[in-house]
Amino acid sequence: MLARWEFSVVTVFHFFFVPLTIGLAFVVAFMQTLAYARHDRDWDRLSRYFGRLLLIEMAVGIVTGIVLEFQFGLNWSAFSIFVGNIFGAPLAIEALLAFFMESTFIGLWVFGRDRLPRSLHLVSIWMVSLGTVLSAFFILAANSWMQHPVGYRISHGQAVLTNFWAVLANPVLWGSFVHTVLGAFATAGALVLGISTWRARREPAGSEHRPAFLQATRWSAWFTMVSTVLVAVSGDVQARLMDVYQPMKMAAAEALYHTESGASFSLLTIGNLKNQPIFQIRIPHLLSLIADLSWDGQVKGIDNLQAADVARYGHGSYIPVVPLTYWSFRAMVGAGICIILLSAWVIWATRGTRSEAFLAKRWGTRAVVAGIALPFIANTTGWVFTEAGRQPWVVNGLMTVAKGVSSVTTADMALTLGAFVLVYSALGALDAWLFVRASKRDLDDTGHDEGHADAEVAGLVY
Amino acid sequence: MSSFAALDTTWFALIGLLWAGYLFLEGFDFGVSIVAPFVSADDQDRRICINAIGPVWDGNEVWLVTAGGATFAAFPLWYGRLFSGFYLALFLVLLALIVRGVSFEFRGKLTSAAWRRTWDWANFAGSLVPAVVWGAAFTDLVRGVVLAPGGVYFGGLLGLLHPVALVGGLASATLFALHGSVFLSMKTGGGLAERARKAAVVAGVAATALLAVAVAWVALAGRPSVPGAVSPVLPLALGALGVLAAAGGTALVATGRGGLAFLSTGLAILAGLGAVFSRMFPEVLPASNVASHSLTIAGSASQHETLVVMTVVAAVFTPLVLAYQGWTYWVFRQRLVRATAGA
Ligand code: HDD
Ligand code: HEM
Ligand code: HEM
Repeated sequence: MLARWEFSVVTVFHFFFVPLTIGLAFVVAFMQTLAYARHDRDWDRLSRYFGRLLLIEMAVGIVTGIVLEFQFGLNWSAFSIFVGNIFGAPLAIEALLAFFMESTFIGLWVFGRDRLPRSLHLVSIWMVSLGTVLSAFFILAANSWMQHPVGYRISHGQAVLTNFWAVLANPVLWGSFVHTVLGAFATAGALVLGISTWRARREPAGSEHRPAFLQATRWSAWFTMVSTVLVAVSGDVQARLMDVYQPMKMAAAEALYHTESGASFSLLTIGNLKNQPIFQIRIPHLLSLIADLSWDGQVKGIDNLQAADVARYGHGSYIPVVPLTYWSFRAMVGAGICIILLSAWVIWATRGTRSEAFLAKRWGTRAVVAGIALPFIANTTGWVFTEAGRQPWVVNGLMTVAKGVSSVTTADMALTLGAFVLVYSALGALDAWLFVRASKRDLDDTGHDEGHADAEVAGLVY
Repeated sequence: MSSFAALDTTWFALIGLLWAGYLFLEGFDFGVSIVAPFVSADDQDRRICINAIGPVWDGNEVWLVTAGGATFAAFPLWYGRLFSGFYLALFLVLLALIVRGVSFEFRGKLTSAAWRRTWDWANFAGSLVPAVVWGAAFTDLVRGVVLAPGGVYFGGLLGLLHPVALVGGLASATLFALHGSVFLSMKTGGGLAERARKAAVVAGVAATALLAVAVAWVALAGRPSVPGAVSPVLPLALGALGVLAAAGGTALVATGRGGLAFLSTGLAILAGLGAVFSRMFPEVLPASNVASHSLTIAGSASQHETLVVMTVVAAVFTPLVLAYQGWTYWVFRQRLVRATAGA
């Protein structure tokens, strides 16, 4: 039990920073490309400004990732031994392909600004971005295998790899990969949108930084909207995959207890999910449409699936915690819809020469700043949904959570869990504080740190 | 079946190489962090120290992540038993690496002296702890630990803190300090480089002595050889080579030959690790109580298919990684010196 808590704490924390790193690396690379191609001073300043923010988040992403790499052995040794043949390979490949790339090229990018030719410096940030995306692919390969195991056989109580291509071609992987990476882009987009709007508003009229930030606002509104629409499209594809591979999760997402044809989709429920909801908004046929792309398609219910699972795996409950899956799914989708509406509104409000009027709207700009939180909500609830919906399995259909844990003593586990919570809280607070400070800094403040002015030595960055 | 046996032994050796890469590289950046407070005269000096390893430390650390991932993939049982067994020790390392990792980025964010001192201290402790734990853990791996059947270790943190493991831990920490000071003496100039050179001599004398004690102690304690093991002469010879290389590195840096000294201290680290891996073979988690409780290479390796995939991937991508990491060192090859000290 504690092992689950510890794992949830460390992954959720890691994943809080990760989408921002993936997305911001891409955004910064994009901005720097515009600066390079058009010799545009504003894009250059913006890429540096957001680059500074990227570095702060990346530091936290990296250190929390290292903890995860060893979590499997620390707390989930039975699981590791069972799945290591398959699960370990993507992890090792991720390190070899992606982490080396990210870490080496971010060093080159940070320290090489004055030492590398401009073109190579630009290549460096693209390599960082490529590294983050590759890393997402391989880690999701491992995770998707747990959602839908493929390319394996069971031998002597271990899952053995039979076909590595099948692991990489897993449809669940491609669904998740596209969805997660686009979600990361949306996250960075919303952040850039919020910060630029806020900064543009704060800059005194006539300051040359105001147009620069406005330029970022308009660009990021488009970027956010397009990414989020694509996230929604890919999410819909995933829902169909889920209906095939993890029907229990689909049913739990909907709190659908009995198999139905032409099932409706409930937007909101107040009261008891299982029997008599007090208040519910339903959209007829939508669930069947999502799951099956057909008006009257059949969606299997929890009770029916449970009966089938008992017949297949033996006695026990195979039902996830339904309120958790139901609400986390709605939180994710709801946040996604809000992001689309918000960014579409910004595009509309800043069209033509209306930017100044947009900035004058107090409540509007505040909403945009508050919107930064939306993708974080969607990312976290999205994962909670994916992981909680897989319960009680660690590996769908092969191993239950209870069987995967290490033989570590409860006292040790409690100690480390407590320590992680403490350290991570401090880290989170510190990070947020530094992030806000850094985002308040001047756009032209090219020194990486405050001590820059006194540096009499060439090549000092930290 | 024979190609299968060869593949798992190959992966044992490759994991050894990954650890070698890790300790060689992160060895010097740990070392720089450990000696920085002692060789720096002011904040500017400390910044120079941190920036000397700034572009490369994260890339160095990925060698550890890769070693961990490769162990997971190639030897799931070893990975599972080792990390859940050495739970608290590894946890300490992780905490230290967290604190250290953010200290690089956070330190310069404020000009306040107290803030910077705090992060300097974090950077120091975050490097010292893993430097000690790695040495102690590898010493435990050669001398063997008390294991239940199936390679399950229950001894807790205290069971790992045998005196000889402590000596091993101090040996690795001082060896890294030596390696790092030599690096600093090459990468910086003026008074800082001079002080780094002096620190290297002090650390070198300590490292040579501690390493000699650790090697002798493990050899004398003499866990009996298991069938299939290499002759114990080989690990002993490698251990002795490590001691000689540490002594040689110390002498070289004392006479101002930084480049050669760095190769020599690097050799000391590699030879020491070679001693550990050759002494463990063909086991991966040796038991000191009942030989049959040990985990062996054959008993913990992944199946053929996984090893084949991993071998292909490693063969294609490792050269690439080495190429771009090497290139980074080339890009940042200049010394970091104060303007007043002359370029
Ligand atoms: C969808 C993306 C994603 C997901 C699900 C995970 N990670 Fe992650 N991870 C990244 C995306 C990422 C990243 C964006 O690539 C990071 C963040 C900061 C960075 O530099 O790379 C990273 C960093 C990072 C690092 C540090 C690499 C370095 O030193 O440079 C490690 C060891 C891990 N991760 C390991 C894991 C493990 C074991 C996970 C499984 C639970 C995991 N990550 C989930
Ligand atoms: C490849 C990556 C991942 C793997 C291999 C993985 C694996 C696991 C495992 C083994 C568990 C324990 C089983 C359990 O306690 O339910 C778990 C639970 C969990 N994970 Fe993941 N996970 C991954 C990524 C993530 C990410 C990125 C998040 C982000 C937020 C996340 C969120 C959770 C949560 C919230 C739980 C607890 C679910 C519950 O029990 O309610 N996971 N995951
Ligand atoms: C707007 C409509 C959206 C739909 C229909 C949708 C659909 C889905 C579905 C079906 C899953 C579960 C996949 C599985 O477990 O097999 C999922 C997971 C997830 N969603 Fe969404 N989603 C939407 C919006 C968003 C947004 C806006 C974000 C983030 C910015 C997001 C982030 C995630 C994440 C991180 C996961 C977990 C990882 C994964 O399995 O891909 N989602 N989503």
